[in-house]
Amino acid sequence: MAAIYSLYIINKSGGLIFYKDCGSAGRMDTNDSLRLASLWHSMHAISQQLSPVAGCSGIELLEADTFDLHCFQSLTGTKIFVVSEPGTMYMEALLKHIYELYTDYVLKNPFYEMEMPIRCELFDINLSQAIQKERVALLGR
Amino acid sequence: MQFFGGSEISPSPPAPTASGNNAHMMYVFNRNGICLLYREWNRPLRTLSAQQDHKLMFGLLFSLKSLTAKMDPTSVEKGNLGVPQLPGQGCSFHSFRTNTYKLSFMETPSGIKLILVTHPRAGDLREPLKYIYNLYVEYVVKNPLYTPGTPIKCELFNTTLDQYVRGLG
Repeated sequence: MAAIYSLYIINKSGGLIFYKDCGSAGRMDTNDSLRLASLWHSMHAISQQLSPVAGCSGIELLEADTFDLHCFQSLTGTKIFVVSEPGTMYMEALLKHIYELYTDYVLKNPFYEMEMPIRCELFDINLSQAIQKERVALLGR
Repeated sequence: MQFFGGSEISPSPPAPTASGNNAHMMYVFNRNGICLLYREWNRPLRTLSAQQDHKLMFGLLFSLKSLTAKMDPTSVEKGNLGVPQLPGQGCSFHSFRTNTYKLSFMETPSGIKLILVTHPRAGDLREPLKYIYNLYVEYVVKNPLYTPGTPIKCELFNTTLDQYVRGLG
């Protein structure tokens, strides 16, 4: 049982640039994850239009029956969202930490092309470590 | 019809209360996407016309349900994205929160969708939504003069709803 089921990173145009699955039941093939990412991007934008009060920056938390979805949007429009168990705490801190890893290991990588899928080994390694630490802290195993 | 002066969907604000309501607005849709009720208590910002707003809201909910059904990490067999889900089939969301508002959602087995938009720090509003659905059943469905599938024009329902929402959280 993972506290975190999966992680997505989408660029400012809504394209999926990173997807990591950490233990959801059932397969999700590449096309599906691409479609879901774009769908989320659009929903995020529409939710800003429906706000009754000015200054809305989009959905931060979506609560469903069997999972929660936490979303972090950077100032540049890159969105990082994570699918977790309902009621998982400290996801905002984790998302910010993942954003820091993204800036350190992806953006500062001179061979990385902007808005392209992420293929940086160090990012993967550090991300796995961060998620593992989170799992240990939250579940004690 | 004109003589009795039925109120339109675009609401006149309820009796002025300086205390203001806890909720911003409320929508009720039926399974075909017809907006049966739109109550507005506190909405400083309106970006679209009423019609477009309703359509956008319904579309957003439809797509979000499709997304949550597909993204469900605990189900093995997931349908294809975009296939309309029956009420109750697949995982459905019950609320989402942004920095400026929180939207709570409930869908009944008959396809009636209740949406309540409140401030972001509101708690879990699933029970209040169930209560409001009960109000709908009592005051609207059981009203012999109400035609299902048409906008709700029951004054008693509106007053009771306003009173209840004012008393929330």
